[in-house]
Amino acid sequence: MSAVPLGYLDAAGPRAHSILPLTWFTLIVSILVCIVVGVILWIAVRRGTRVASVATVPVNRGSSGTHWLSVGLSITAVPLVVTIVWTMVALAATSGPPARPGLTLDVTGHQWWWEVRYDSNQPSEVFETANEIHIPVGVPVLVRLHGGDVIHSFWVPKLSGKTDTIPGQTNFSWMQARAPGRYWGQCAEYCGAQHAHMALEVVADAPADFDRWKARQLQPAPEPTSASEKRGQGLVEYRCGLCHEVRGTRAGAVSAPDLTHLMSRRTIAAGTLPNTPGTVLAWIQGAQQIKPRCLMPDQALSAPQLADVSAYLETLK
Amino acid sequence: MRAPDYRSPTIGIDSVELEARLLDLWETEPGLKGFFSTVDHKKIGIRYIVTAFIFLALGGIEALLMRLQLAGPNLSYFTPEQYDELFSTHGMTMIFLYAMPILSGFSNYFWPLLLGSRDMAFPRLNAFSYWVYLASGLFMYAGFLMGNGPNDGWFNYVPYASRDYNPGLNEDFYSLGMILLGISTTAGAANFIVTAFRTRAPGMSINRLPIMIWGTLTASSANLLVVPAVSLAFFLLWLDRQFGTHFFDPAGNGQPLLWQHLFWIFGHPWVYAIVLPAMGMVSHGLPVFCRRPLVGYSMVALATVATMILGFGVWVHHMFATGLPGLGLSFFSAASIAIVFPSALTIFAWLATIWLGRPVITTAFLFFSSMILLFVIGGVSGYMTASVPVDWQLTDTYFVVAHLHYVLIGINLFPVVGATYFWFPKMTGRMLDEKLGVWNFWTMFIGFNLAFLPMHLTGLWGMPRRVYTYSDGMGWDTLNLITSIGSLILAIGVLLFFINLLKSLKSGTPASENPWDAPTLEWAVPSPPPPYNFAVIPTVASRYPLWDGRLADEHLVSATDRGMLLAEGKETVGTSALDAHPDMILEMPEDSFAPLWLSIGLTVVFVGMLCKMWLIIGPGVAICVFGLLLWLWPRRELREREASHG
Repeated sequence: MSAVPLGYLDAAGPRAHSILPLTWFTLIVSILVCIVVGVILWIAVRRGTRVASVATVPVNRGSSGTHWLSVGLSITAVPLVVTIVWTMVALAATSGPPARPGLTLDVTGHQWWWEVRYDSNQPSEVFETANEIHIPVGVPVLVRLHGGDVIHSFWVPKLSGKTDTIPGQTNFSWMQARAPGRYWGQCAEYCGAQHAHMALEVVADAPADFDRWKARQLQPAPEPTSASEKRGQGLVEYRCGLCHEVRGTRAGAVSAPDLTHLMSRRTIAAGTLPNTPGTVLAWIQGAQQIKPRCLMPDQALSAPQLADVSAYLETLK
Repeated sequence: MRAPDYRSPTIGIDSVELEARLLDLWETEPGLKGFFSTVDHKKIGIRYIVTAFIFLALGGIEALLMRLQLAGPNLSYFTPEQYDELFSTHGMTMIFLYAMPILSGFSNYFWPLLLGSRDMAFPRLNAFSYWVYLASGLFMYAGFLMGNGPNDGWFNYVPYASRDYNPGLNEDFYSLGMILLGISTTAGAANFIVTAFRTRAPGMSINRLPIMIWGTLTASSANLLVVPAVSLAFFLLWLDRQFGTHFFDPAGNGQPLLWQHLFWIFGHPWVYAIVLPAMGMVSHGLPVFCRRPLVGYSMVALATVATMILGFGVWVHHMFATGLPGLGLSFFSAASIAIVFPSALTIFAWLATIWLGRPVITTAFLFFSSMILLFVIGGVSGYMTASVPVDWQLTDTYFVVAHLHYVLIGINLFPVVGATYFWFPKMTGRMLDEKLGVWNFWTMFIGFNLAFLPMHLTGLWGMPRRVYTYSDGMGWDTLNLITSIGSLILAIGVLLFFINLLKSLKSGTPASENPWDAPTLEWAVPSPPPPYNFAVIPTVASRYPLWDGRLADEHLVSATDRGMLLAEGKETVGTSALDAHPDMILEMPEDSFAPLWLSIGLTVVFVGMLCKMWLIIGPGVAICVFGLLLWLWPRRELREREASHG
């Protein structure tokens, strides 16, 4: 990951990349304009005098100075016209994917996590995950954006600019990764108390790795083997299953992240914590301390219950 | 048959008897009675200014608290809810309760003086708009103090603002408070427009308007057109929240984006409305200290109007990421880039004025001239966000936060502080301390740039707006610390400004009538001006009446000591809209409690709406009716007279 995970002055895919020259052009024009105006202003002001009474400096009509306006506006017109034309060209080039998308995702913004559904014309190939999006390298990915509750904005700076997820309408974004890697994303539209903790990660895999990952995701959760895992599954079905889904079990609710392959993800709680056994338990017991006002209630499980739940969740690879 | 209702005003010269008579006619009674009933535009203007500065201080404290939380990663001095109320209240305070009212305050105080008139066109409406502004500010801050401040940003997007996601009274306080404030803004705007077109000194044709008038006139015209959009939006939101309508509710086929359109159709013109009058202040003040007329007066005036007209066609640049069709976006993108032209023109006019003039360095001049650079920085970052594909990355990051602070602090606060140094002598009869002023300037200038220049980089490195905290490892730690330190220095600078105000009010050097040797009519009256402003109505022959005869090419000379006396009652002259031919004697109303009663009634109505209690709304309406009757009751002495011609 780069030193500035959300920085957008470098890009990792054609969509973000195609905008960079325009970004740099406008940035450099802007800096030059500030320097030129600053220098003119400095020279002009330095001629100034401090006097006891302003009236001692006589007024004078001086030259009309309107040539400043005509020359100034003529110079201004050049970068502005270039920017307008370039903007139109870049807009046309980046608003849609260049080729038929190789993968279509339905991403829904929720307070405060991302639901991700991999679409396919084969119903058996459709699956859901959350907050971590795997895409194959070199393939244009179409992202259909849906609003789950309030407005959020889908943004993975190294791959693509922002597009809002708005309830009642479907928006489109697309992205494509040049090289394998992990690209950080973040909700960019204020959406309430935990707007700050609504991140996502796009993982670009080599095609073979992506296929392996996808095959794993299509599997239901494995059967628990040990007694502790079995007790854990019961607890997950009974407690977590009120909101979460673990495919292949009786936990089948869909108002919170799908947990079927929880352990395949690098972070939990929409990028809030790294995914380790310790953080998962801390999250289960005290989500409200870690991410106040999030919709996950504190569970107050006993120590043996926690151990069972942990043992079971560890199997969800 | 009614006798012909006209008389010719007496022409005469200023005299002690005349001034005594005018004072008797115009002076506000001392004591509480006068305090609550005055319609003197100067008193109202100062109230606006003081109130707005108090809100500036409050908004500044809120900003400092936020910067405390953001000074380092993972800090949690405030809970997410507290932080959200802080940034929303900060935005509401600065944009609605400081930035516009402060300009209304200066305009209120100075318009009649600049125009050579004795008061605003509608003095009671003027008092009313202040009281309602105060009431709306108190109303919204009452919510904040009860833990029910706005919590969805100043832009207040739905559905987060709807009751499902925001069940408290926060958004009801904000919605109703904004509607109340809209009433004040609308009343004020109408008053400014009529004042500019009808109460100028004879001879002040439209091309001789002091340049500052153009800014507020343009902004007021825009406000009349756009404030209804936002008042409607907030009213619909309130209905959605309290009566189950579905204007914005997607579950009932409502449209969340409708809110954004209604809000930004208002919001973007509003941004121009809170900078154009301040730009007018700079255009007004700079030439005084450059000892020459403004370069390109007509062009600057036209640029002001052009900015506003283009400003109506750029609102969608706040919505580039909402999934609107590309063709539509490209129109708004081009318009947003094109709006650079009139701003650039104004910049060049100011630069040329300094370059071709002989600048005299004063604190006011430092604020006015440095503002040019801040304006350019805020302008070019705005130009970057105008390009749709670039904006898809820039929007909703700290880059935009940096941009809007360069715009609002650079083009509003700096000119306002400069204007205070410029006009304080006129308002109080005392000069502000220049030594402290220089400290004041440099602290503000350095603090502001230290805080907000690095913030552009924070944005380019991807820090999203409106987050109550951020984790380390994102590359933002040092930048945020610098910004927090800078904002503290800026706050110290503003504090020095307030200290200077209080100190100079007590012990400043007494000011003469025209301490800057400035050219416009406000400097032709004593400092502070008498209640009637002008003992005789001045006659204006040029754009710079007090420099007549010194710019070496005038044939006519303006008269400030000889003119219409208009001392038979509380009178001033009405003039024609374009050429300022005198055509009517305006009978001005006495001080009145009616504006206060109407404001109290309205406030009670809004409190009743907040509580949804008809038992409160009823009496509120009754007080409003009483106030209106008091206001509109026909009075013989207020009949207007047409002047006899010839």
